[in-house]
Formats: sequence, structure tokens, C-alpha cells
Amino acid sequence: MMATDNIAYEEMIKGIWRDNPVFVQVLGMCPMLAVTNSAINAVVMGVATFFVLVGSSFLVSAFKQWIPKQVRISLYIIIIATFVTVVDYSLLAMLPAIHKELGAFIPLIVANCMILGRQEAFASKNTVKFAVMDAVGMSAGFMIALFSLGAVREILGVGALFGFDLFGPDFEPWVIMILPPGGFLTLGLLLLFFNWMTEKRKQFLIQLAEVDNETIKVKANG
Amino acid sequence: MSDSIQEPGSRRLIMSMAIAGFISGFIIIAIYLLTFDTIKENKARELQQAVFKVLPGATKMQKLHYENNQLVLVHIDGVDDEMIFAGYDEKGQFIGYAIQGAGPGFQDTISLLFGYLSTEKMVIGMEILDSRETPGLGDKIFKDMDFVNEFKGLSIKSDLKAVKKGKKIKETEIDAITGATISSKAVVKIINKAYKKWSPQIPPVGNEPAWVENNTAQKTESQ
Amino acid sequence: MDNLIWIFISTLLVNNFVLAYFLGLCPFLGVSGQLATSFRLGLATTFVLFITALCAWILNTYVLIYAPYLRLISFIVVIASTVQFIEMSIKKLSPALFKSLGIFLPLITTNCAILGLAIFATNRGYGLLEGLTFALGAGAGFTLAMVLMAGIREETEITDVPVLIRGTAFNLIIAGILSMAFMGFAGLFSST
Repeated sequence: MMATDNIAYEEMIKGIWRDNPVFVQVLGMCPMLAVTNSAINAVVMGVATFFVLVGSSFLVSAFKQWIPKQVRISLYIIIIATFVTVVDYSLLAMLPAIHKELGAFIPLIVANCMILGRQEAFASKNTVKFAVMDAVGMSAGFMIALFSLGAVREILGVGALFGFDLFGPDFEPWVIMILPPGGFLTLGLLLLFFNWMTEKRKQFLIQLAEVDNETIKVKANG
Repeated sequence: MSDSIQEPGSRRLIMSMAIAGFISGFIIIAIYLLTFDTIKENKARELQQAVFKVLPGATKMQKLHYENNQLVLVHIDGVDDEMIFAGYDEKGQFIGYAIQGAGPGFQDTISLLFGYLSTEKMVIGMEILDSRETPGLGDKIFKDMDFVNEFKGLSIKSDLKAVKKGKKIKETEIDAITGATISSKAVVKIINKAYKKWSPQIPPVGNEPAWVENNTAQKTESQ
Repeated sequence: MDNLIWIFISTLLVNNFVLAYFLGLCPFLGVSGQLATSFRLGLATTFVLFITALCAWILNTYVLIYAPYLRLISFIVVIASTVQFIEMSIKKLSPALFKSLGIFLPLITTNCAILGLAIFATNRGYGLLEGLTFALGAGAGFTLAMVLMAGIREETEITDVPVLIRGTAFNLIIAGILSMAFMGFAGLFSST
């Protein structure tokens, strides 16, 4: 029991850092860049994606033995599109202002390759519990990526976060950050930072291994 | 032996697709019906607020549709390009028309609404409904209140013209925003275009459509 | 006519699908390694976009006015099956054409530019002619961005780029600079 709990926990955690869908797997770029010109848009998009991914992963893993292999992709798409339509109408009813800003990018969640990818690679092969854990982790990772991009762009591009002024009237905003080029550049730099962190960690592990080897050698000699 | 399991018959494929389609259709229709009223109200409220903003003093509105060479009062949901809005004060006194316009801006299409006083041939308010102008520069067309206020009481006896800030001489000229000249000119151009289209279709002064009780808003409530 | 030219130029340059709307980024970042492939992929995408605009218009005019809530699902299903059908017919009718363009078709259908086009065209209320022009502009813009990107990437192959930057991060930074250059086209139509 403990063991499976640990594995399930692992499945969830991996999406946040080690297999982060955006920074490591480079999936779901289109909504990632288009809606992250402010932190609030990024968060709403993240929540919408969370709902769609967790819902579809749950359904796909629960009904996996009844889904014929030949038509599985079409079925996944129908399931995903249903959830997206639900999200689309709910947002339109509850948050019309944000829906207007996100506009066409809510329906485009369907075309987010991360969601279909998780169904094909994970949910269709695993139990409901693991599939949901994996979906929660992946969408949390996606949300973190969306938020960091949105926050950086809003802070630099408007000088505010969630609409609250941070730097006072003397700050000259870097307008380019909330325009399309800012999206590309910020994500590029964030990816670079992620690569650098991974590289550092790798070097650290190698060093650690070398130190270990040496202590073994010393011990053997002594 | 396992062939029958590996290759399910096409009937099973069609069946599973049909069941999935049926369930998904059911869910979609359910959410559509659940949210329908709220969405309709949101949209109607949004439009109403925009109309009241460009027609100062208006508290009621009705939709006018141009068909068969005349403006007719309509009580339908939704808005199309052949529609303008009439604003009235509390007593049902006619105030003015709110006219929609759209056209190319600096980045993308700008759509707007402006209030028109046919007795004075005057623009009495302007509201940008949708635009993707550059933040910090082009978006001043709705964030810069000096610019927006210029449209409150602007004669439109001839074409409007945007001129460099401080160079305004004629009553039909307005000061463009510094750093957003193209966006300012685009707004003026859109208003001119919409005015050209609508001015022959608006009934002559004195024949304004009267306020008719039992309008759309009340109808929705009674439904 | 003016309107059509504005739609075409605006989607080609000012509001380029890839560089301003971030649509079709997967192939843009993934397949843009070689100039020749990029160009062919661009052509194939333009073709699919054209078919999509046609399908979207038919659906919007004849089906979706009665059932607006089925928009998303019917777009996906109809577009995917139409493209699949065309792929099969090209395979049968012209194997040469299939070899150069057809292999991309199934890949393209899942590209968000396709669905994006259908949704944008609907949201803006485009008619048939406007929709088709929009599709051609979007396709040409996609091809242009792909070819530019591939050209730059072929050049960077032989330069000394630090290992850490290579890959997606580098491509994104190039795309950012391209996107900045394309911003210069803004205001092209309203300067008078």
C-alpha cells in the first residue's frame, strides 16, 4: 500500500519538474505563448487546461478496455473536445471579461498536443489512480510554466502583477514583453535557464560520483 | 485465435464511436442550456452599458434593424452589422443613436460604437469595443481620457479629421494622440465610414423612433 | 476588394499566424531544420488551410446556425476526415504529389493553426470569399515564417553556438527576433 502511494506520488511530482511538459518536453507551446501576456490570463488558462486534462485522463483510463484501438485517437479527441466545450461555455458565463481576452485560445486547448499526448502515452495504459495523479502533476507543471511566463511578462511589460502596480509611476514598462516577440524571448530564456539548471545538476552528480570513487579507492588502499 | 480480439468488427468500432458521440453531444447540450441565459444576459448587459456610455443620459435602449430601406424596431437577441441602437432617457424621451463601426487599425481590426445626435449632426461619445492595438501606445485610443472626451460633442457636418496635437482649428477636427497617430486616424476613419453608411438611412429629424414599452429586457424576464 | 487585400496582407505580415498568434508552433520549431522540407510543409499546410476554410464556411452556414454548441467538435471531426479523404485520393491519383506533400497531411491536421483558422474566421464572421483569402494569407504567412526560420537555422548549423543554448531555447530566441522584425509591418494599412 505504501509502495503504490509512493509511486503515485512520484507520478505526480515528475510532471512538475523532471518531465515538465513545457520546459522539458516542449509541448503545448501555442496556448503557452499566446495567453501569457498577463498573470491572470495565464492562471485562468492553466485552470482550464487542468480541468480538461484531469477529466479526460480519468475517462480514458476508466474506459480503456472498451476503447477499440483503431478509433482510439478519434475517441480521445471527442472526449477532450467535450471537456473543452464545457470549459468554454462555463467561462463565457462566469468570467466574460477574461473569456473575451483569451478568445479563440480556449477552444484551441483541444489542439494542445500535451493533452492528447498524455492520453496516448499514459492514461490509456494505466489505472485510474495513476492516470489522474499523472494528469494532476502534468497540468500543475503546465500551470507553473504558464504562470512564470505570464508573471515575468506582466512584471516587465506593465510593471504590475495581477493588475497591482509594483514599481510606481517612474517605471517605464518594457512594452515589447507583452507583445508577441516578448513571449518568444522570455520562453527562450526560461528554457535556457532550465537547461543550465539541469546541466549544473548533472555536473554535481558526476562530481559526487567521483568523490565516492575516490573514497572507495582510498579505503581499498588504506 | 486472438484475431477476433485484435481486430474488432467494424460494427463495434461504429458502435463505440456512436456511443461516445451520443454522450458527448448530451453533455455539450446540457452545458449549453445551463449557461445559455447567463451568457445572453452578459452580452445584453455589455451592449447596453456601451450604448449608455456613448449616449450620456440614456437609461433605456432599443435595437433598430435596417431592412427594406427603412429602420425597423426589432426585439431579437444578438447584434449584426445592419443594426443601430436608439437610446432614451427615463421618461422615454429620445436621446440619440449609437452606431457601430469597424475597420483596420494599427495591428488588427478595431470595432467601436459612437453616439450620434441627428438634430445637431454631432458625435456625442465613443467607445472602443474590441481592438488589439499596441499596449502603452495604440491602446490610448480607449485609455487616454483626453482623446475619448474629444468625441463628446464633436460636430460631424463634414468628415472628421485627426490632426497633430494642438493644431485643431475646425470644429470637425480632433487632436490625435502623440505616439499613436495611426490608431487615432484609424478611429476617425472608422467613424467617417460608418457615418457615411448610416446617415442616409437614419430617419429625418423629428421622425425618431418612439420608445415602445415591453422591450427585449422585459421580455427576457417574463420568459 | 479592398477588404480582401487587407485581410490577405494583414494575415500574411502584420498578424502572421506563427509570429503574432503563435499558431502552428510545433512544426515551426520541430520541422524547420531544412529549407526544402519547410517550403513543402508550408505548401501542404496552405492547402489544408484552404480546405479548412471551405469546410468551416459550409458548416457555419448550413449546420451551426441551428446548433452553435457543436462548433468545436464538428470542426475537428469534419476537417480531420476531409483531409484524410483528400490524402487518400491524392495517393491514388498522383503518387508523385503524394510523395512530396501527402506525407505531411495527417501531421498537419493536428496542428493548431488549422483549428485556429476555423475559429478565427467564425469569430470574425467572414464570408466564403473572405474566409478563403484569410486561409491563403495564413498559409502564405506560415510558409514565409517556416522558410525564414529554416534559412536562419541552416546558417546557425555551421556557426559556433554554445551547446547549452542549442535546441529549442535558441530557436525560440530566433523566433522572437523574427517576430520583432515582423512587428515593423504594423500600420501598413491605416497610414493614410
